[in-house]
Amino acid sequence: MSLWSAILVGLKEIWAHKFRSLLTMLGIILGVSSLIAMSALVQGMENGAKEALIAVGGLQKLRVEPQPLPIEQRHLRDFARGVTLDDVHALQASAPEVIKVSPEMRLEPQPTLAANGKFHRTWMTAGVWPVQLEMMEHTIEHGRMFSEVDNELARNVCVIGTNIRDELFGKPEETGEPVIPIGQQLTINGYPFTIVGMFQHYESEADRKARLLREQELAAKRAAGETNFASGPKRSRGWNGGGRRGGNFAFWIKNNTVYLPLNTMWLKLKSGQTNAPAVPTLTNMELKIRDVSRLNQALTQIRNVLMVTHRGVEDFTFRTQEDWAESINVFIRNARMSGGIIAGISLLVGGIGIMNIMLASISERIREIGIRKAVGADGADVFIQILIESTVIAIVGGAAGLLTSFGLIKIIGMITPTDNAPVITVGSMALAFGASVGIGILAGLFPAFKAARMNVIQALRYD
Amino acid sequence: MALLELRNISKIYHLGGEEIRALDDVSLDIGEGEFISIIGPSGSGKSTLMHIVGCLDTPSKGTVRLDGVEAQNASQTQLAHLRNKKIGFVFQFFNLLPKLNVVQNVELPMIYAGLSAKERRERALKALEAVEMGNRLKNRPSQLSGGQQQRVAIARALVNDPKIILADEPTGNLDTHTGEVILALFRRLSAEGRTVILVTHNPEIAAVTPRRIEIRNGKIADKVDERLAGLDRTKPGSPAPISVA
Ligand SMILES: Nc1ncnc2c1ncn2[C@@H]1O[C@H](COP(=O)(O)OP(=O)(O)OP(=O)(O)O)[C@@H](O)[C@H]1O
Ligand SMILES: [Mg+2]
Repeated sequence: MSLWSAILVGLKEIWAHKFRSLLTMLGIILGVSSLIAMSALVQGMENGAKEALIAVGGLQKLRVEPQPLPIEQRHLRDFARGVTLDDVHALQASAPEVIKVSPEMRLEPQPTLAANGKFHRTWMTAGVWPVQLEMMEHTIEHGRMFSEVDNELARNVCVIGTNIRDELFGKPEETGEPVIPIGQQLTINGYPFTIVGMFQHYESEADRKARLLREQELAAKRAAGETNFASGPKRSRGWNGGGRRGGNFAFWIKNNTVYLPLNTMWLKLKSGQTNAPAVPTLTNMELKIRDVSRLNQALTQIRNVLMVTHRGVEDFTFRTQEDWAESINVFIRNARMSGGIIAGISLLVGGIGIMNIMLASISERIREIGIRKAVGADGADVFIQILIESTVIAIVGGAAGLLTSFGLIKIIGMITPTDNAPVITVGSMALAFGASVGIGILAGLFPAFKAARMNVIQALRYD
Repeated sequence: MALLELRNISKIYHLGGEEIRALDDVSLDIGEGEFISIIGPSGSGKSTLMHIVGCLDTPSKGTVRLDGVEAQNASQTQLAHLRNKKIGFVFQFFNLLPKLNVVQNVELPMIYAGLSAKERRERALKALEAVEMGNRLKNRPSQLSGGQQQRVAIARALVNDPKIILADEPTGNLDTHTGEVILALFRRLSAEGRTVILVTHNPEIAAVTPRRIEIRNGKIADKVDERLAGLDRTKPGSPAPISVA
């Protein structure tokens, strides 16, 4: 008996018991679609987290911050000087594992920005060197970054993120034309600054796609001559509502950044304050190391250098992104594992359902099997017939599961919207489909074997 | 060498300690082209014998040689092959597959013989023409009368061009007229040179075949009961035998 006619017989058998077959397939459908949906959700989370990690400089970046002295050094409190530009110079001179050092002096509490009669309290106002641009993976889209000269002369210039533009000068989506406030003035705590540059707009891949889609729809509506469409996206509720969860926070902060030259920050905004130290003190410095795989050596080297400049007083600490990356990995692994187990169990249940139905089907068809054998079917023919039937159920169920998974993901997205759009991978589809076929074959083996072993005359006499 | 050689065949069933000898030391030779009827009272072992000859069942003792093949030494697959190629079995209760239509039922043995769809269809149509069922191709067995079902079953038995046709009471469930039509079919098959073995309770049918075998209590009777075999023409009221023409 040819394989093709065996498959046809299997399909006919399934069609003859449509409802029963559908119920049987349901287990497989659920298993396959939940496997795909789970892995798509986890993949989406992973992509989002990885994007965010890259957006803040990747694993190569680490931060040195001041910290309270350890208990055994408390008596040296008065010798603690904090992180200063001396540290920056020392690291540049004698830590070859460090390829970039960028000092940061933040203004805290956050200042009030004002321009155009509008006010905005931002999230990140810092005096930095131009190198900070590369350090934080910033890209200037309009204007320029302030220069070493701007820094040396402590000019009142700044570069801003797009959110600050949105808040102070208006959103391009709402005005309908680009808003580029280069050369305009804003005040920081009342001091006037000239905007010399603006970053590009940062967003996650998922957000970018959503935005492009929105713009396309809008353009299509415009082209269709519709006039009373809502212009642009909904009005922001001050702090960009949904954008602050998860990895998107990284993008959001970048868009809410104001950088000014370090010297300007020190001389104009900090040193005049009543409790300002005599030497410029940094809030932190960002370092980029040469090689992630040599992180430990780099940390030792940095520590040794800093211990010299700090004269043994350990008033600083490191923060690497490795912990973050590691916790992302652990989380992803766990999510994947638990999703896989759930999906695996429902696939298993589906398989048991198939075996059950195949056993019922062969005992219903004992006479048929007897007749087939009487006219010349051998054990292998019967075996293959039953096996193909169960496999066809699993394949059809698996294919239906592939289709259902798209719907399932939509439904999950509606119930719990996430910033990280689920990503269906071909790999997960192949895995889920392969698993369902494998389970169909496994579930069919025992019933097929039982049917193949039936005695002809007993089967013919059965009723 | 005969086409079929049965030597000391016994078929013994054990039912709760009791031994039932459905066949008891039966030896039998059947030559190529013979037309034989098997008669005997109910429960005497006729069907059991037919099943063993048709390689559907295996004897408890003894040897079966079918066209040079020792059935007791053959594997299950080889037996399936024998049933498929050499033997056409017509069952008392038709044994058609209810879910398949007439053509599909007739095509069934050819599927297992590995014939192409085109050839299957051609040969099925030819066989159905031969039993005058060419006009009911798409009917399900349940939509046919008993005689029509039996003709479809015969077409199915013929379709792989077997050497031996075994029919277990092929007319048992049919009225006299339909029975005669079916019988005429078997006579034509015999005339074509096939070996035909019929089990029957009907003396008129038994009278037609050149050779008659009577089975009693699982053994072959020495002398055929003339009344059962339809040969006793003296008894008043008994029907005249059908002439072998
Ligand atoms: N599977 C079985 N288990 C036990 N006994 C059986 C079995 N099959 C047949 N027999 C017995 O074997 C004997 C012969 O049965 P068989 O069917 O060959 O009779 P038969 O001559 O064909 O009868 P009939 O003319 O009624 O069809 C009977 O006594 C029957 O009860
Ligand atoms: Mg019988």
